[in-house]
Amino acid sequence: MTVQDNIPFAIRHFSPAALREALRKMHLIRLFEEGAEESYMRGLIHGTMHLSIGQEASAVATCMELTDADKITSTHRGHGHCIAKGADVGRMFAEFFGKETGYCHGRGGSMHIADVKTGNLGANGIVGGGLPIAVGAALTAKRLGRDDVTICFFGDGANNEGAFHEALNMAAIWKLPVIFVCENNKYGMSTPAAYATAVPNIADRAAAYSMPGVTVDGNDFSAVAEALHIAIARARAGDGPSLVENLTYRWRGHSKSDRNRYRTKDEIEDWMTRDPIARFRAELIAHGVLDTAEAEAVEAEAKQAVADGVDFAKASPAPGIGDVTKFVHAEVAA
Amino acid sequence: MNAQTQITEVTSPGETREMSYAEAIRDAMTIALDRDPTVILMGEDIGTYGGAFQVTLDLIDKYGPERIMDTPISELGGAGVAVGAALTGLKPIFEFQFSDFAALAMEQIVNQAAKLRYMLGGEAAVPVVFRMPAGSGTGAAAQHSQSFEAWFGHVPGLKVVQPSTPEDAKGLLLAALADPDPVIVFEHKLLYKMKGQVPTGYYTTPIGKAAIRRTGDAVTIVASAIMVHRALEAATKLAAEGIEVEVIDLRSVRPIDRDTIIASVKKTGKLLCVYEGVRTLGVGAEISALIAESEAFDYLDAPIQRLGGAEAPIPYNPDLERAAVPQVADIETVARRLAKGEV
Repeated sequence: MTVQDNIPFAIRHFSPAALREALRKMHLIRLFEEGAEESYMRGLIHGTMHLSIGQEASAVATCMELTDADKITSTHRGHGHCIAKGADVGRMFAEFFGKETGYCHGRGGSMHIADVKTGNLGANGIVGGGLPIAVGAALTAKRLGRDDVTICFFGDGANNEGAFHEALNMAAIWKLPVIFVCENNKYGMSTPAAYATAVPNIADRAAAYSMPGVTVDGNDFSAVAEALHIAIARARAGDGPSLVENLTYRWRGHSKSDRNRYRTKDEIEDWMTRDPIARFRAELIAHGVLDTAEAEAVEAEAKQAVADGVDFAKASPAPGIGDVTKFVHAEVAA
Repeated sequence: MNAQTQITEVTSPGETREMSYAEAIRDAMTIALDRDPTVILMGEDIGTYGGAFQVTLDLIDKYGPERIMDTPISELGGAGVAVGAALTGLKPIFEFQFSDFAALAMEQIVNQAAKLRYMLGGEAAVPVVFRMPAGSGTGAAAQHSQSFEAWFGHVPGLKVVQPSTPEDAKGLLLAALADPDPVIVFEHKLLYKMKGQVPTGYYTTPIGKAAIRRTGDAVTIVASAIMVHRALEAATKLAAEGIEVEVIDLRSVRPIDRDTIIASVKKTGKLLCVYEGVRTLGVGAEISALIAESEAFDYLDAPIQRLGGAEAPIPYNPDLERAAVPQVADIETVARRLAKGEV
């Protein structure tokens, strides 16, 4: 075994600047969601939201090799995906605050957060809703002769929807450039994946659709990045879809109504010791990518972006109530 | 007055050719495929088989399987692939074998296609067309004969059209394809073989505009799809009795052409709505309500009448099947009673 073999894939494969940016995004996701939670408590955000705190490595590592031309479809737990794909947290906060400056001009909120210009086709309020849409986006790329890929995020709950099976089958028969990324956080709301799913690993489902399926530690940044590197290369080469299952855990409840009656405090605390951000940060420091002071500066930078984002959202105008039907259809030029 | 002379909206002057309703739809798709390389057709058995009703017929020979895409029997997934393709730059025309099967795809049509532009604050567009063979009269019973116009017409973000002639079948399909938002085209199965003069070349029939197929002053009948033809037949019989019925072809369920209907009712003072979908909470209820809420209400000389589908699934037995939806004699009877002040 050489020294090179002991260095994690991500450290070998990405530039220090890219790794620093990945750490910044992971902090940004955590701080954004903590900020959103606080704003919710203060009554600045209404409705509900689904936090992905604890799942940051999955979102950021999955999107490492994507460009703005590549697409993602996201889920109701999609804030991390949105930030990982390059969204601005100011416009995200503005959306959560229901403001006209938000990504969806205040019409979508947390569950429909999107940024079409950077390739995020949107979070989705329907479990499994984004799966066939991702296949359609990949079909467009293939038909138009482009080499962009589509990442389809979904949760363990979605793997028992019919849409999952129809989407994987079509992606496989048409050899489309799409990567199905399952964030298995163990529970679909309260229902354990182990109870609801007939196979031990969701990645096992890939065999039924003749595509590679791999299960990785979703809190290990490098493991996720490596799995995606292989799947994306396969997709760009025209060899078709893959399924990657990131095993992870959400620290918070399913949504704001969750009383956490289906899991134990011990289980939650155990997973909190496997914090993907602390782990990645320690790895970067251990391999000399940055030092402690630099890591702290990265976190401070993210903290400032969140504070600025909240200020931007607070100062932004609300939509006019006369515009309730605006955006139902395209505005036709007179 | 001859019904043919009332057919309007020909935006392409020039030549016409006799075509069946199915041929006219195929002509529209051929023109679209030739004009725009991003147009693709998707659906079950639309390739070599030519479609359940032979509408796509031999298009695969000319355009190949990349543009005439057979999908697996996966209505939900297939519709969703069309939505995702439309969202990212293609213009898919997705054919359901029967409109009934769209029930399997409601999620993608209603929750995704109809709402994406709005949910994303105008930052996304889903220019997809769903073609849906609809209606009864083929002996295919309860799961292959329904009329779902009112279902989809209830969803903001969708447009819903129902052509009744070959000319409109082509023009409305091309209009649907030119539209930046999702459009559902209900094609009536009993009309596929109906022939008529169709303009050659590209033209569109405006969505949201009804057509007056026959003018009269005694009663207004608002009908759609096959019911337009039954209403016209009834009108011809009533004309022999000196009762002149005005027949409006709705053409578009959403948006609905309020102005044409209101103007007609103000003239005749009597309204009969004829539609194939289940009568209760159907298209006729909306038309009745819009008249009741409009200035035409004061012009009404009789209660509004509705003839719609029975409160039952479409039955198999041919006599029962006919009894389950309005027929010429039903229309004739109600229109006559309205005209004679018997209602």
